[in-house]
Amino acid sequence: MNGVADFFRTFADSSGLLTRAMLLTLELTVVSILLGIVIGLFFALLKLSRIKGLAWISDAYIYLIRGTPLIVQIFILYFGLSGLFLIPDFWAASLALAFHNGAYIAEIFRGSIQSIDKGQMEGATSLGMKRSLAMRRIILPQAFRRALPPLGNQFIIGLKDSSLAAFISMNELFNVATTLGSNNFDEMTYLMIVAIYYLILVGLLTLAVRAVERRMAVSER
Amino acid sequence: MKEMIRLEGLTKSFGELKVLKGIDLSVEESEVVCLVGASGSGKSTLLRCLNFLEESSGGKIYIEGKAIDPKTDDLNKIREKVGMVFQHFNLFPHMTVLENVIEAPVMVKKVPKEQAIREAKELLLKVGLEEKADVYPGKLSGGQKQRVAIARALAMKPDIMLFDEATSALDPELVEEVLRTMRELAEEGMTMVVVTHEMNFAREVADTVVFLHDGTIIEKAPAQEFFKNPREPQTQTFLQTATVR
Repeated sequence: MNGVADFFRTFADSSGLLTRAMLLTLELTVVSILLGIVIGLFFALLKLSRIKGLAWISDAYIYLIRGTPLIVQIFILYFGLSGLFLIPDFWAASLALAFHNGAYIAEIFRGSIQSIDKGQMEGATSLGMKRSLAMRRIILPQAFRRALPPLGNQFIIGLKDSSLAAFISMNELFNVATTLGSNNFDEMTYLMIVAIYYLILVGLLTLAVRAVERRMAVSER
Repeated sequence: MKEMIRLEGLTKSFGELKVLKGIDLSVEESEVVCLVGASGSGKSTLLRCLNFLEESSGGKIYIEGKAIDPKTDDLNKIREKVGMVFQHFNLFPHMTVLENVIEAPVMVKKVPKEQAIREAKELLLKVGLEEKADVYPGKLSGGQKQRVAIARALAMKPDIMLFDEATSALDPELVEEVLRTMRELAEEGMTMVVVTHEMNFAREVADTVVFLHDGTIIEKAPAQEFFKNPREPQTQTFLQTATVR
């Protein structure tokens, strides 16, 4: 089987370039997920606020982000804002991804916060705790635990969405793989190879989320 | 005698539905008042108005002689004085028993942690759960959970304790251990307002029994008299069905 041997040779030959590209993909993903969590939590709390105006702001943000394609958002940040001030391509991609993930994470957090029995807030306030303190100490730790499975899902989506940074010429996995493919007149092989890289990354991410889930579950029971 | 709670013409509506239709009530220091009545009579709502988990629609609430305005008064300060025990315990599942008990003293009252732990252990000893300090609530029986909830409320050193059907969610064999804790608390002179279906408890422990029906107080009497000679026909009917149970 000549084809298989060729495939592995190509895989090995490209591993240096693709590993470097993979690190960039990881950087984009980690930065955008961490920022996305902060943004998501912020807008989730805004949406649950008893002040109507704040909830509307959150609604508007979520509608705007969910209502437009990620590639459009990346282009707006990269080409649009770079006219106003200089924005490095890494941050254009990271911020676009963070605000994009943030909208979905906001909905995940809102749902998990609302799923906490309202007796928890009542129990806390009956002890003289302010709402903000009860939220921080009682509701959010429980909500975060419940949010983990859907969060893990969103992290995977975020990881794969980072491939769209290729379109603002970032040398992340997808971009490097397609470039290699067209330079070597062998697109399909490189697409198969990059798919394997993504599968490995998603596999590791899944394991990581599962480990966190398990650790948090231990302390509850 | 010091008056701990005073209600004047208290009303509460949920939209069109009038749940409380003008309640007048006074609770003195160390008095144990049991609120009884059929479900839907408004007794739980009344209790929840006393620590402002429900905002009343009209009338006045005095706590320890002071008229409370939910709009301007710091309700959290009042809730420090008015402890509450819930039907479904509402323990914090992500914290151990001890952490549950020290949470509010440490975070709200800023009691030093070592002192809070010392006091919490005394309270757990009092409710007979000192050996469960490091266990998570998920591992406890219903009766144990409720006793932790009582200890947690007591940790804030309240002047008044409210009990909202504290034994209704328990298996029959676990009811007694919770009632015993409540009885001891009453004997120590705690001012208590208790919503309950346990007529024996009301008969033995209450100083005053209040019968609610359809959002109004039908009858209010010393416990002995209430059960021996209920004056109102509605009370008589209620007691017949309640004691058969």
